[in-house]
Amino acid sequence: MQSLGMQVLFQGTNFLRLLQGLWVSLKIAVISMALSILLGIFLGIIMNSKKKWVKALCRIYLEIVRIMPQLVLLFLVYFGASKHLGMNLSGELSAVIVFTFWGTAEMGDLVRSALISIPKHQYESGYALGMTERQVFLRIIIPQTIRRLIPSIMNLLTRMIKTTSLVVLIGVVEVVKVGKQIIDASRFTTPSAAFWVYGMIFFLYFAVCFPFSKAAAILERKLRD
Amino acid sequence: MKESSILQINHLKKSYEDGLAVLKDVSFSMEKGEVVVIVGPSGCGKSTFLRCLNLLESVDSGEILLNGKDILKDRKEAYAVRQKIGMVFQSYELFPHMTILENVVLAPCLVQKREKAQAVLEAEKLLERVGLLEKRDAYPRQLSGGQKQRAAIVRSLIMHPELLLLDEITAALDPEMVREVLQVVLELARDGMTMLIVTHEMEFARAVADRVIFMDGGCIVEENAPEEFFQYPKSERAKQFLNTFHYEALEI
Repeated sequence: MQSLGMQVLFQGTNFLRLLQGLWVSLKIAVISMALSILLGIFLGIIMNSKKKWVKALCRIYLEIVRIMPQLVLLFLVYFGASKHLGMNLSGELSAVIVFTFWGTAEMGDLVRSALISIPKHQYESGYALGMTERQVFLRIIIPQTIRRLIPSIMNLLTRMIKTTSLVVLIGVVEVVKVGKQIIDASRFTTPSAAFWVYGMIFFLYFAVCFPFSKAAAILERKLRD
Repeated sequence: MKESSILQINHLKKSYEDGLAVLKDVSFSMEKGEVVVIVGPSGCGKSTFLRCLNLLESVDSGEILLNGKDILKDRKEAYAVRQKIGMVFQSYELFPHMTILENVVLAPCLVQKREKAQAVLEAEKLLERVGLLEKRDAYPRQLSGGQKQRAAIVRSLIMHPELLLLDEITAALDPEMVREVLQVVLELARDGMTMLIVTHEMEFARAVADRVIFMDGGCIVEENAPEEFFQYPKSERAKQFLNTFHYEALEI
């Protein structure tokens, strides 16, 4: 069996550990995404404000997120917070902060453009029925906006799941890191472990992301009006 | 001004931000139960005029008296005023994320705080009247243009408006669907609904109107009974306008 390295996946608790690592990735991505959706809706509404300085501020925020690689942001928050602010943030918390910072910007921009894409007449026919601005927004505009956003939300979520692989670099043990540990531990007993472990990680990412992109495609087809 | 005027407009003026005047001193009044049709060339301000009445546009000066009360004075009252003035748009604008029934009962429940069951009952009655009862659970995208517009009329009617504004409601429809919508409007007129209608359907205008108003260049140019207006228009501009609806074979 020396030639087949596959059994390394099932030695001891290896497979369970991989799944636990995957869970860490998924947890960071999903929590960040949930926060991003909430904050992004607010940001998107604010971005449509007519005030110049509000627009400028949002613009700067968006550009910062676009320019900075996520890795730099992770380092800034994780190491920066401890060195300059004296706060000892855990790796996972730092990751959630950075991913939310990133996701909120992207969601905000998506919400902003989705809001613009709702025809003016949708607002007006609400007003014509005697509805207040608040009622029109909550009952007519927001539900339509969210429907339009579902595909983009799924897309952003899968990108976030994939990007969680960066958090290894601030010491979070997620699926890729677990894989690395398994490979290192079996370097001499199973030299081909890398192939099997990374292959498995490939399938794990696929298994998590595929349902999301599939769901996005189905929803996109269903909600087209 | 007569006592029974439901709507009285005095010297209404409006211009756009670039200073272009859309409405230049428009005055007119309507009685309860009257059907007034506004016709005129594109860009003459007739749609803007309707939108002003429903407070969807701001005005520069003038008064709009609804039952003798100036609705321009207190903008906070706008929501209350709009409940009394229903409006149907050219592009129907049903809410795409709701079924037809939900579209119709949304405002009565939300705005007038009516009981859901009672609103549904009335909605079904109204939908049946315009022949759409079997579409109650369909979504707007599953309906034809004519059906959507009929549903939009019902959505306005359920609010029991005192005045209904119809803004070119057949302009976006295929020709064969125009009739089914206008039929509904004719029935409403027969039932005594007070309506102010902007349309390009001259035959329909003639059939439904108690009075025709011809607008051009932001002014009311002519006000007349429909038979008079279509047969013997007084003003030269109205004559020219009506001529554009006649076709004669070119002699070669």
